[in-house]
Amino acid sequence: MITRRSFVAASAGLAMSALAAIPGHAQETVKVGLILPMTGPFASTGRQVEAGVRTYMAMHGDTVAGKKIELVVRDDASTADQTRRIAQELVVNEGVNVLGGFGLTPLALAVAPVINQAKIPAVVMAAATSSITEQSDYYVRSSFTLPQASVPVGTWAAENGLKRVVTLVSDYGPGIDAETWFTKEFTAKGGEIVEAVRVPLQNPDFAPYLQRVRDADPDAIFVFLPSGVGSLFMKQFADRGLAEAGIKLIATGDVTDDDLLNDMGQPALGAITGHHYSAAHDSPENKAYVEAFKSAHNGMRPNFMSVGGYDGMHLIYAALEKTGGDATGEALIEAMKGLSWTSPRGPITIDPQTRDIVQNIYMREVKEADGELYNVEFATYEAVKDPAKAEASGQ
Amino acid sequence: MTAVSESQEAVSAAAPEHLAAAQLRRRSAWRAYELVLWLVAVALIFLLPSKALLLTEIAIVALFAVSLDLILGYAGIVSLGHGAFFGLGAYVAGLFARHYFTEPVTGLLVAGLASGIFGFAASFLVLRGSDLTRLMTTLGIALMLAELANQMAWLTGGADGLGGFTIGPILGLFEFDLWGRTGYIYSLAVLFLAMLIARRLVHAPFGLSLKAIKANRVRAAMVGVPANSRIVVIYTIAAVYAGFAGALLTQTTSFVSPDVLAFHRSADVLLVLVIGGVGYLYGGIIGAIVFTLLRDWLSVITPQYWMFWIGLVLVVIVLIGRENLARWHTFLPAPVQRVFKRAASWRPGVKLGGGG
Repeated sequence: MITRRSFVAASAGLAMSALAAIPGHAQETVKVGLILPMTGPFASTGRQVEAGVRTYMAMHGDTVAGKKIELVVRDDASTADQTRRIAQELVVNEGVNVLGGFGLTPLALAVAPVINQAKIPAVVMAAATSSITEQSDYYVRSSFTLPQASVPVGTWAAENGLKRVVTLVSDYGPGIDAETWFTKEFTAKGGEIVEAVRVPLQNPDFAPYLQRVRDADPDAIFVFLPSGVGSLFMKQFADRGLAEAGIKLIATGDVTDDDLLNDMGQPALGAITGHHYSAAHDSPENKAYVEAFKSAHNGMRPNFMSVGGYDGMHLIYAALEKTGGDATGEALIEAMKGLSWTSPRGPITIDPQTRDIVQNIYMREVKEADGELYNVEFATYEAVKDPAKAEASGQ
Repeated sequence: MTAVSESQEAVSAAAPEHLAAAQLRRRSAWRAYELVLWLVAVALIFLLPSKALLLTEIAIVALFAVSLDLILGYAGIVSLGHGAFFGLGAYVAGLFARHYFTEPVTGLLVAGLASGIFGFAASFLVLRGSDLTRLMTTLGIALMLAELANQMAWLTGGADGLGGFTIGPILGLFEFDLWGRTGYIYSLAVLFLAMLIARRLVHAPFGLSLKAIKANRVRAAMVGVPANSRIVVIYTIAAVYAGFAGALLTQTTSFVSPDVLAFHRSADVLLVLVIGGVGYLYGGIIGAIVFTLLRDWLSVITPQYWMFWIGLVLVVIVLIGRENLARWHTFLPAPVQRVFKRAASWRPGVKLGGGG
């Protein structure tokens, strides 16, 4: 029986929901603005992330919770002020609901004022400096942080009989992050850092540094280099005969980037790296991903950047599903916190406190399989949080 | 006939310096295209509010290019490191806002002052050597500053860039908005004031003496132009302008990345000036408009390959010859040309259509 009161309440409710639906109705599409370096020295990052994003959309369709997802891709040529301007234009003119991409740390940091003012989430799909997510409550990360990858390498080294290690890193923010966190973990577990070498980021020639490493005669050398200069390093590492001298090569996975690994050839064999994703990861999710990625992109192999794009897109899809299609910034960012799923890289979670990614770090060795080089995983450190933030919060 | 020439002779005999002054005044009078340009720039605030961010960028690049034009177009100093002053201004404005005072006009002046002092010191290096040496010296200074900014992470934030500051309202009154409108008005006002001063400078005897130095430094010295001190002065002023441009970039984006000191800044601004033409100040503005619009348009159409197209366009510009682009109106039919000629020769206070 319908009483007068409940009828009024119901019709008021209907009117309210109709009102609320008006802006929603006008916005049947949800726009995702992807800002990436598509030209210049970091173009490969942009290419991989975009390919990851498009692969996700190809595999899962472009409709979620009744909304059509529209992708807007822009190139910032890895120039921070361009990133910022493009972000602002995408928000103001295109009316994007979510921003994504960001190849390098300064590019991600440059949009902080925009996302704070516009209150929309920015999914960091590539940049890896720990501090990014602390600069705004609207950052969420789907890539990784360098401390996250470096600490397990330190643990593994200490547990596997390596006593004396030389570190060699590129002399810029992420390199220093990697050096700091590896050293902290390794020395805490009883290891000794014989020498800490920093090489310039621009036009690196490793020969003189490698000679110094050889003279120091350590058990192993820990390396962080931005993806791209890895092949040159591998070649010079072999040329200088460090492997014959019994010096093990341990590194973060950037050095043996899947995209470039095959071109590195024999010198890369046997390198031990710690990272969150390998194209050789053994899971049905990853098999499907690698297959879809390769067939859509001319046989290009997905690397760790691409999986950041893929999972970033999943994050947006899953958040929209959770909000039932409500694409306002506040709702999306709340929905993203605490989401968990099985990615091609393995199980991952968005830490609800830090909005940073929690994921497995795998120890891998470069091996040959079917005439190609792969990072083959042999050990797993499960659910690694970003150590920089874990330490700050006293865990 | 004879009466006229006699009277002309009488005037010139009476006061040659008056004639010279009149000639300078004529040269410095506002042209029609200048007025149109500024009126359009102001009108765009209302006509294209959605493009305010792009317009802001054009204004900043234009100011930077005008700064380079002052030394390249007038004093003939080639520089591949003009980005040093731009970047210094950007960092000083950022640091000032972060540690002292967030009001932008004060920050702008401080940044200009810092760049000016650095430019004054650096000007003694460009006094020496030929063009090639100057290219190397200026490039070296810029590279050194870039590396310093990268290494002094405690001050500049290193490779991560300098952020975490907000810019206050202009003069305590006008807040920067998300649409970039305040930013555009602010940048345009700074560009306009800077252009006013620059016009005054280059049309004064000072500017003429610079052109003399550019044409032939030895000969200029022989007619009594103190070449070295003139170069020091103009180089310092240009550094202040570049510092202003850098500060505007920082203030409108509230972020400084080490990229402000990167080599491509210096190269881009040279390119902008090559497109627009050197030695008449507006080359910087026109070049900035063409370059920025072209880049924006192409990079939206094809995010991966826009650099190819922009390269192609530049090659075409060079092949056609920039002079021909500047004389584009001479390729129009004669009646249309006459209209343009009249419009171009129009100046405030002079009646249109006279003479013919």
